[in-house]
Amino acid sequence: MTGSLAEWLTDLSGPLAAHVQLAAAALLLALLIALPLTLLAARNARFAGIVLAGASLIQTIPALALLALFYPILLWLSSWVGGGIPALGFLPALLALSLYAVLPILRNGVTGLTNLNPAIIEAANGMGMSAAQKLRLVELPLVAPVLMAGIRTAAVWTIGAATLSTTVGQPSLGDPIFAGLQTQNWALVLKGCLAAAALALITDGLLATAERSIRRRKPLWAWLSLALLTAGAGAALLPLYQEDGPVVTIGAKNFSEQYILARLIGRRLEAEGYTVRYREGLGSAVIYRALASGDIDVYVDYAGTLWSNEMKRTDILPPAKMIPAIGQWMQRSSGAQLLGSLGFENAYVFAMRQGDAQKHGIRTLDDLARASPGLKLGSDLEFLERPEWASVKRVYPFQFRQMQAFSPTFMYKALDSGRVDAISAFSSDGRIAADKLTVVQDSKGAIPRYDALLLISPRRVPDARFSTALRPLLGRVAVEIMREANFLVDRDEAKRTPMEAAAWLDDRIKRGQAPRE
Amino acid sequence: MAGSQNCNSRYPAAMSDRKSGPAIGFEDVTVRFDAVAALDGITVTLAGGSFVAIVGTSGSGKSTLLRTINRLIDPDEGAVSLGGHAVREENPVHLRRRIGYVFQGVGLFPHMTVAQNIAIGLRLSGARDAAPRIAEMLALVDLPSSLGPRMPDQLSGGQQQRVGVARALAPQPQVLLMDEPFGALDPVTRDALGKQVRALHDRLGLTTIMVTHDMAEALLLGDRVLVMAAGRIVADGMPTDLLAGKGGAAADALLAVPRDHARRLAALGA
Repeated sequence: MTGSLAEWLTDLSGPLAAHVQLAAAALLLALLIALPLTLLAARNARFAGIVLAGASLIQTIPALALLALFYPILLWLSSWVGGGIPALGFLPALLALSLYAVLPILRNGVTGLTNLNPAIIEAANGMGMSAAQKLRLVELPLVAPVLMAGIRTAAVWTIGAATLSTTVGQPSLGDPIFAGLQTQNWALVLKGCLAAAALALITDGLLATAERSIRRRKPLWAWLSLALLTAGAGAALLPLYQEDGPVVTIGAKNFSEQYILARLIGRRLEAEGYTVRYREGLGSAVIYRALASGDIDVYVDYAGTLWSNEMKRTDILPPAKMIPAIGQWMQRSSGAQLLGSLGFENAYVFAMRQGDAQKHGIRTLDDLARASPGLKLGSDLEFLERPEWASVKRVYPFQFRQMQAFSPTFMYKALDSGRVDAISAFSSDGRIAADKLTVVQDSKGAIPRYDALLLISPRRVPDARFSTALRPLLGRVAVEIMREANFLVDRDEAKRTPMEAAAWLDDRIKRGQAPRE
Repeated sequence: MAGSQNCNSRYPAAMSDRKSGPAIGFEDVTVRFDAVAALDGITVTLAGGSFVAIVGTSGSGKSTLLRTINRLIDPDEGAVSLGGHAVREENPVHLRRRIGYVFQGVGLFPHMTVAQNIAIGLRLSGARDAAPRIAEMLALVDLPSSLGPRMPDQLSGGQQQRVGVARALAPQPQVLLMDEPFGALDPVTRDALGKQVRALHDRLGLTTIMVTHDMAEALLLGDRVLVMAAGRIVADGMPTDLLAGKGGAAADALLAVPRDHARRLAALGA
């Protein structure tokens, strides 16, 4: 364990630096907003009522929703001013966290100032203090401990909530947490949680010391703990400034295959001297727009997803026509480039136990449709509602005896235990190989293609070194090795991290290539 | 006085040289709070160097009158003058630095030591070395110099108000305004501090206005006593005049209480 401690920390240094940067910036911005508001509010009760109500209202919005809300707001704002405002990443995270952090600072400041002993204010006025002198000599020193308590609350809160910024594409200590959650890798989740908690506890401790020192009128200690905090934040930020070479941002959606492929791409780019950052856990709805706007430089998407979600097409074309059509559409609509297909598909497929398929002589979906009145179908939670199922039913006359939806893990278990006879699976899912399942062929091409495509943002298109670094991946990721890599991450025992799986996959790709070269 | 030599250089109007404080004039001064007249056309002139006590019940307007002098309140109508100049013409911040102000709440700054509290007026006007002045002021209000580094909450109520007086007098004002200055003190401390303030007034040649609800205190300390009711001056005279019944009904009513006390105490002793 001690041997891997250094490694453990190295893995975290990137997310930690980004996390500290985000939280510190959000807290500073919150202070910049809250302090003038506090002073105005303390002098005007009506204004105080309005801003406090506003700040409280913001607090009632769940943090995750507030982060998500900034995406459309910034998108709209960006189109309003003619582009250029990033809707993902640092900016929305910064704004959401700052807004959230305003309330505790504002509330403590206003309460502190309005509850100052009136006799002291009377004395300050009577002595002939100007407004500025009164603020500097009397009000601020007296309200400082209360204000510091508010800042402390805001700081601890911001550090915790910053983990959620992973969902809007801002790297943070949420990266290991969300990646671990998606791949059911609890060690990874724990790692992110412990790091965030430690950061919050240290910050809280130092700010508490500062607060106590102010209260006891020991300014030296207050400055010392604040200096220590600043130094610590500076040290945590170091990795951000040690980068050399151009920085590339790789996007990933929120499942194992995406985490692995992002790191596979990252390995190849790092080998070419690029510095790599990851923006993970992006939803299907935002990731393509993030690419088009240059918030991310490269990611892997699936033909059918782009076809129906982005291009709004409902017809089904053979891959030889569909993929070029997507490429042309991307070129035309945003200037982004479809570099090519990785060589595997992650489509909906029907899978059966090997023995059953042989027993019933099922090889194609036609065979399955014929046998369906005697079979039970298990599906994932959304398949029966999706357009894919509708188009499959139009082509193959399924009449399953029973259809039942499961969460993915239980779907495989249901097939394994014989509760169902066929399931809707993903073609690149590692469990197909691990459970030795037979994939039933879609001989009539009723299910849209879901070829994994490597996409490049418009601003990376002119970078020849970039596409040269990635081109060797095209056509080299066979579905068999992708399944195995996915299974390394998805399996219940001896789980690997996406990073390890990517290394394994890279190794297999290189070995597969060797004889040809 | 030990420190006065030191002060001469920095403060040209040294205490011993000073003749007397400026006169204070009120000309038809009216103050309204939400259409209720707190001061209803007050016109009176208070001679420079005099010790004037203003007496009245709560809400009579006596504090409001006091606060128009250092512009903690500006009148809605009429004018207040200090040494012949309208206070309205002067920046309130600068005006207040020339006027000592002591009030019942004391309002010592809790985050500053006794010494820092006393020196605050000097600090506001940019004086650097206040240390000799602090020692001098502590002596003036009869406090040991060892109290200088203490925090206000370590002091008794009487000591706190003495510091309040020292703080008000440190910048060498010519006018001292006191609003119920001894209201929260025990009778023994109150009596002693009253006498000392009166002595300081005489020694420093101040113009002093003291607001109190205690007629006996007003009579014993003041050169002149104003009695206020409902925003007007209802009686005005020297203590001897009022005691002789020349103050009218309102003054007599206020006098009746201490007289009654004196009579009953005498009867008890007899």
